[in-house]
Amino acid sequence: MSVAISALEAVSEAIGRNKEYLTSLDAAIGDADHGINMARGFDAVVAKARTLPPDADVGTVLKTAGMTLISTVGGAAGPLYGTAFLRAAGTAQGAAIDGAAVIRMLEAAINGIKERGKAVRGEKTMLDALEPAVEAFADRYKAGRPLVECLDAACEAADKGVAFTKTIIATKGRASYLGERSIGHQDPGATSSFIILKALADFCRQYESGEN
Amino acid sequence: MVGIVIVSHSAKIAEGIRDMAVQMAKPGQKIVAAGGAGEGVIGTDAVKIYEAIKEADLGDGVVVLVDLGSAILSTETALELLDEDTRMRVRIADAPVVEGAISAAVQASLGGDLTEVAATAEGARELHKK
Repeated sequence: MSVAISALEAVSEAIGRNKEYLTSLDAAIGDADHGINMARGFDAVVAKARTLPPDADVGTVLKTAGMTLISTVGGAAGPLYGTAFLRAAGTAQGAAIDGAAVIRMLEAAINGIKERGKAVRGEKTMLDALEPAVEAFADRYKAGRPLVECLDAACEAADKGVAFTKTIIATKGRASYLGERSIGHQDPGATSSFIILKALADFCRQYESGEN
Repeated sequence: MVGIVIVSHSAKIAEGIRDMAVQMAKPGQKIVAAGGAGEGVIGTDAVKIYEAIKEADLGDGVVVLVDLGSAILSTETALELLDEDTRMRVRIADAPVVEGAISAAVQASLGGDLTEVAATAEGARELHKK
């Protein structure tokens, strides 16, 4: 089976494991459906990805994931993550997947989220986890560090980003209705972004150790 | 004739607004509901919206009425899925979803063009209740 499909399975498993957690975070400042929505979306992604030919390229797998997310998640995370996957797919098409390609894909994904959500960093959204993560990844990669180390650095930065969202006011999405009352709560979207990155980092570590 | 699409997190809301708007529209007026995320799930579905826009478009364009949050994001995602020609004749109205849909249905039935129907929908913001 395509490595990309196995990676999506790992992400889906992690989202499923954190379904209640994400929903409880969203219950505090949103509409209490983020975990349920994400789990439904990624279950559908895996089911759809398994129907792809085993030699499907990364672009095809990511495009399938994106299209599935935009039609099954339901909440704002659907078009946001869906657009991210579709933009990453557009960048991946036909290219060999090395560290530089991963950076291009992640940057395209983030730009898609910014454009779709009309958001920037510092507004208590997934961007507060994702943007520092991509920067950390790119820094390590440019310093010649191995992929797993780059991903670990990305996870660490995303984790800090999640913690940072506790300290700021939400100005985007349903949490913005709470205004200052959103302070003290971590953002569910930033948290799911961290969970996705962590699942990918863990998957890559396992994959590399299995190969060697 | 300009078509109308109604997007809400709730399939029931989208269908209910369509039913209200149909009462005011002439027979044959395209008004398509695209609410919910399937199987009773509260949410929005960009692919469903994309299909609704294609169904509502008779060549003169479509005005989309949306509720909040992901309804807007999903509609914008649906626009990205459309071919360039169709996308150019779709407007997301910055309007209250119920009043906007009814105003748009009336204007579209009177033969208004895309700009007029979108402007009429947006004019519904000024329908004060007291």
